[in-house]
Amino acid sequence: MATSATVLPQTRRISGAQLIVHLLERQGITMISGIPGGTVLPLYDALSESSIRHVLARHEQGAGFIAQGMARTSGKAAVCVACSGPGATNLVTAIADARMDSVPLVCITGQVPRAMIGTDAFQEVDTYGLSIPVTKHNYLVREIADLPRVIDEAFSIAELGRPGPVWIDVPKDVQSAELDYDDVAYLIERPALPEISSQSILDAAAMINAAERPILYVGGGATNAVEQVRELAEHGHLPATMTLNGLGILPADHPRSLGMLGMHGARSTNLIMNEADLLVVLGARFDDRAIGLAEKFCPNASIIHVDIDRAEIGKIRQPHIAIQGDVGEVLTRLLPRITSDGREEWLAAVSDMQTQFPDHRPGIEDPLTHFGVIRAVAKCVDGSEIITTDVGQHQMWVAQSYPFNRPGQWLTSGGLGTMGFGLPAAVGAALAEPSRKVLCFSGDGSLMMNIQEMATAAENDLDVKIILMNNRALGLVHQQQSMFYRENVYGATYLQKTDFLAIAAGFGLDTCDLNAAEDPETALKAAIDKPGPCLIHIFTNPEEKVYPMVPAGAANTHMLGE
Amino acid sequence: MQNQFPVLELIVRNHPGVMSHVCGLFARRAFNVEGIVCLPISGSEQSRIWLQVQAGDQLEQMIRQLEKLEDVISVLKPDLDSDTFDRLPAMFKHQTRTVAPGSTSVV
Repeated sequence: MATSATVLPQTRRISGAQLIVHLLERQGITMISGIPGGTVLPLYDALSESSIRHVLARHEQGAGFIAQGMARTSGKAAVCVACSGPGATNLVTAIADARMDSVPLVCITGQVPRAMIGTDAFQEVDTYGLSIPVTKHNYLVREIADLPRVIDEAFSIAELGRPGPVWIDVPKDVQSAELDYDDVAYLIERPALPEISSQSILDAAAMINAAERPILYVGGGATNAVEQVRELAEHGHLPATMTLNGLGILPADHPRSLGMLGMHGARSTNLIMNEADLLVVLGARFDDRAIGLAEKFCPNASIIHVDIDRAEIGKIRQPHIAIQGDVGEVLTRLLPRITSDGREEWLAAVSDMQTQFPDHRPGIEDPLTHFGVIRAVAKCVDGSEIITTDVGQHQMWVAQSYPFNRPGQWLTSGGLGTMGFGLPAAVGAALAEPSRKVLCFSGDGSLMMNIQEMATAAENDLDVKIILMNNRALGLVHQQQSMFYRENVYGATYLQKTDFLAIAAGFGLDTCDLNAAEDPETALKAAIDKPGPCLIHIFTNPEEKVYPMVPAGAANTHMLGE
Repeated sequence: MQNQFPVLELIVRNHPGVMSHVCGLFARRAFNVEGIVCLPISGSEQSRIWLQVQAGDQLEQMIRQLEKLEDVISVLKPDLDSDTFDRLPAMFKHQTRTVAPGSTSVV
C-alpha cells in the first residue's frame, strides 16, 4: 500500500513540485534517477527537501536505464526525471526499450511554461507527441489540480496488467503553481480483466492431457509464476523452452529445461519444437527472433496461448485455445486438472535429440575465451548475483551458457535490443539490491554507448563489475556481414585501439586486465570479490561467431554453424 | 453483402491528445483509416469518434489495440448505413472556401 513519508497537515498551500514529490513518496518511491535542467528546477528544489534519494546520471538515457535496472530487479515501477527538449529526447530510447520488454516505469519531464508551448521556445519539444508510440500511456499536465490523479493513475497503469512505461510531462509553471492540498489518495478505478472462463481451463487441461509431444514456451510474462510453471513442467512431464526474457524461470539445470529457443537458441531445442504436437505459450508473444518464420514454427502443434494482453493473442499465430489472464492465476486453476502421464516416449525422444545435437561451447575451459570467461565468472559467485548484458554476441553467449536460476537475476534488452543497456541497468540493479553483486557482461561497441555511467557507479561506490569482451568490433554486425554479405565487413571494426582500462581508471573504477594476469582465474576471483565498481577486461576474437544461427526470416530448423 | 468499409465507434476521454493516440496507433500498426469524424458528447468529458476502416482479417486486431488505449473507454461496431461517410462531403460543400497558397492577411 502507499505510505506517506512527508506528513502534510490536513490542508496546506503547496507548489506543484512539492505535490509531485509528496505523491511519489506516497507511492513508496525512495530513489529516482535523473538529470536536472531549466524546466525541472522547481521539481529539483522540492526534491532537495524530500526523503527521496536522487541518483545523478551522466546522460538521460543512462537515467532511463538506471530506472529500468531498479524496476526489472524489484518488479515495481521506478522513476526517472529529465528536463524538456534534449532531456526528453535522450530518454526516448530507454523508454521505448521498457515498452518492448514490459518494464514498469514512471518518467517525469519538465516542459516549457504553458504560455510558451507551441512557440518553439528554448528547449521545447513535443514530448507528448514523441512519447505516444513508446509508452503504455502518457500525460501533459495542464493544471496543478490534475497532479494527484495523474500521478496515482500513472503508477497504476505502469504496474497493472501488462506492465509498461508511463510518461508525465509537466510544464514549469505547473510545477511552481500553488494550491490548497488535502492529502487524500485518489481512488483509481481500473477495469478488471475479463474473468477466466472455466470452460477454457477445462479445454486446455484436456488438450494438454491428450497431447503426446507437448512443449511449454515460457516468456517474460510468466516471471511471477515460477512455482506454477515448475509444477506444470514437473507434474505434467512437459519440456519447457524459455525466451530471452524468460530465462531463469526454470533453472538452467532443471531436467525439464530446454534452454532458449530461436535464432541463437539450442539446436536441439529448435529441432524438438518442430516435432511438438502441442505448444503451451505462457506470457510470450511469438517474437520473430524466438520463432523464426512464423508459419513454419511448430508446424504440427496445436496452440494454447495464455497472456494478460488480449492483443498479443492471435497477433502472430491464431491459437486453438486463447486464455486472457495472469499466467500464475491461469496455471493455479489449470494444475489440479493436469493428469500425470509419464510421457516416457516423448521425454526419451527429447533426450535423444539433446544427445545427438549437443551444445558447442568451444574454449570453455580457457578463461581467456568468450565461453570460458562466462563460465569462470559464474564459478566466482554463488547464484545470488544479478547479471546484466549489453546487446550483441556477448549477450547471446551469456544467454546460451550462464547458469540462470531465478527470474530477476537476468536483465537484458530483448525486444528493442539496445546497445548501452548493460552498464546503467547494472547501476540501477545495484542501487535497488545493494547486498547483491551485479555483473555486467558487455562488448566494446555497447559499452561505449553509455560509458559515462561509470562515473555514476563510482560516485555511488556500487558493487558493479563490468566484464568487457573487447574484440575491437561490432561483433554481431561483423558476423552477419561475414555470413550474409560476402564477408564484406564494412563499418564494423574499430581501427582506434581504445584503452578501456585507462578510461575505467579515469572514471574511478578498479581495473583487472585478464590477458595480463599470471593466473586469470585467480585475478578474476579477486576482482569480483573486492567490493566496489571494477572493469574486468579481456580481448576476444572478432572472427568468433554466435552459433547456431537461424538467418533472419528463415524457419528455426534452418540453423547455420557447427 | 459485407460492408467493405465498416465503421467503428469509439467513446474516448476528451482531451487534446486523444486524436494523436488513435491516429498514431493506426499509422504505427499499418492499419488504414478511410475516414474520421470526432464530436464532443455534450455535457460530458467524453467525445465520440467514428472511424471508417477497411474490412478484413486485421479488423479484430485493430479493435484489440484500440481497446488497450487508456483514453479509449469503449469500442463499438454500430450498424450504420454504409453511405454515412459518403454523404459527409455534401454536407460541408456549401461552406467550402478556397484559400490561395501564399495569400496574406493584414491585421
